[in-house]
Amino acid sequence: MIKTIIQSIKATMGIYDARDDGVYGLLAEFTNPGTLITAAREVHSAGYRHFDTHSPFPIHGMDRAMGLGQSKVGYLTLIGGITGLALATWLQWWTSAIDYPMNISGKPFFAIEPSIPIMFELTVLLAALLTVGGMLAMNGLPRPYNPLFYSREFYRVTDDAFFLHIAASDSKFDLKATETFLQDIGATSIEVIHDHGYSELHITEE
Amino acid sequence: MRDSLQGSSLFMKFIDPLAPTKSDQYPFTASPKTYIVALLAGLATTIVSVFVGMSDLFLEQFYFSYLIGWTFCLSLALGCLFIVLIKHLVRAEWIVALRRIPEAAAVSFPLLAILSIPVILGLLDAHGPYHHWTVEGIADPASDHYDEIVAGKVAYLNIPFFLARLAFYFLSWIFISSRLWRLSILQDVTGDPQISVRLRHVSAWGLPLCAITTAFAAFDVLMTLDPHWFSTIFGVYFFAGAFLSAFCFTALTVASLQRAGMLRGVVTREHYHDLGKLMFGFVVFWAYIAFSQYMLIWYGGIPEETAWFKYRLQHGWETHSGVLLFGHFILPFVILLPRAIKRFAAPLAIIAVWLLIMQWFDIHWQAMPVLHKEQAQFHWLDLSCWIGLSALFVGAFLWRLSRHSIVCEKDPHLEKSLRFENV
Repeated sequence: MIKTIIQSIKATMGIYDARDDGVYGLLAEFTNPGTLITAAREVHSAGYRHFDTHSPFPIHGMDRAMGLGQSKVGYLTLIGGITGLALATWLQWWTSAIDYPMNISGKPFFAIEPSIPIMFELTVLLAALLTVGGMLAMNGLPRPYNPLFYSREFYRVTDDAFFLHIAASDSKFDLKATETFLQDIGATSIEVIHDHGYSELHITEE
Repeated sequence: MRDSLQGSSLFMKFIDPLAPTKSDQYPFTASPKTYIVALLAGLATTIVSVFVGMSDLFLEQFYFSYLIGWTFCLSLALGCLFIVLIKHLVRAEWIVALRRIPEAAAVSFPLLAILSIPVILGLLDAHGPYHHWTVEGIADPASDHYDEIVAGKVAYLNIPFFLARLAFYFLSWIFISSRLWRLSILQDVTGDPQISVRLRHVSAWGLPLCAITTAFAAFDVLMTLDPHWFSTIFGVYFFAGAFLSAFCFTALTVASLQRAGMLRGVVTREHYHDLGKLMFGFVVFWAYIAFSQYMLIWYGGIPEETAWFKYRLQHGWETHSGVLLFGHFILPFVILLPRAIKRFAAPLAIIAVWLLIMQWFDIHWQAMPVLHKEQAQFHWLDLSCWIGLSALFVGAFLWRLSRHSIVCEKDPHLEKSLRFENV
């Protein structure tokens, strides 16, 4: 039960478990951003959920094609901001009026005016930290180990190649059927990725 | 500049310096009634306000009310000019599809120069809003009107120099805005992509010139109402409000034009989203600058500086200050925070109207306590001058817009702007 919950949380972060026989998923290559975005749309509408696309640069409209929905990182920013604001208000009040009150040119011990810069800065700081940290966490980053690195072709993703990966943990995944499906939607080469150190390359005949 | 564009007749120069050009792709399709009604209503309201106001009964009140309405329109035109200048300078692509709106509003300076006549009359009148420093004998120790502080500023605060400065500001603004306007319309006609480069060249020297003239215009027009007081950030404060209201004006105009069936498929949710983000950003910027001004004066606690805020925190003006804090910052901040609000025309247009009202309220809050120190109040002339001048401003703006294409149709980046998407 707990294992399933952890698995599904990890899946939302893009970290998929390999099947018991070691199959991690299928990695399909596409020729250009256009075919990749069409393929992503097809894969999503075919009902796959555990999949991801990889390209050398961001592609406008890919979020929508993959059916990712709205990013939730904004809520974390809001929580961070409110926490920062509350923390700074408390800090200013406690340090200057309770813990160590000092009379400085007759100003009140605690006043909102000189506290606002601190409140503003801590709001921004915590909002920013939670935004960046939350973004990394929700994406499952940093991630030094990824079975996709076993692929012989995948290194080209930082240069000129466009990949789509369907994970074996997806409930619709079937090695044969999914491979045929990927061929149908225009993959130029499809590779089976194993999670223990080797991969097989199938080149589709042009 | 020799080119194929024709100038307009002398009367029309105050509306639009150029003769109409034809557009097949993006014409202004609303009926001329829209701007004729706005112009006539504006003219009637302004004339009634001027004639009733200039009677002895309301004279002092009228000068202030008119000044506030006029400064409101001036801030809109200046904010729009800044949008265009910055757009060219940073080669912003997303805004190309709706650039014609701020561009057209920025050509309002000849009209505003004509409308400044009652402001000049107020300056010359011994009972006008500037009488605290224009009064006879202010620098003469033997006179009853002698004021030691103003006497020290008399080299700057004197009527001839004030008028010369005002003339210089207006000449700069008219020159820059009409040059940008002319080049932009010329690109519609010839389609020459090199014009984008020339527009950038004008903006490169135009932006610093506009920055300095705007800051000093704010000092002259609003800060000298209380000549004892000074604040070096005042120019930035004025700019913050002006820039914010220019984005509100643009968003509101685009939403209205789309309702009237124009710009459909040209301006998309993505453009509204960016306008909304800029509105949100400059709501915060305005508050940041307003607070910076307040906090330093609060900390310093020097009477000559705190007096200005003291007038605005007593006799009912404290309510105005509170409304300004909530209405100009906290409320729009919270409302504009969610993504969804910024992506739809209707909620964005409503907030734009609200923020434009707040911009006027802000100027009212800056100027009016000088006249009514003892009791915060609104006068019907405040409203009639504001609405009359704004209607004239909007009517002239729509008329100008109707004479040309409402989209910069030959801009080389238009295609990119039309397909623009926020990631």
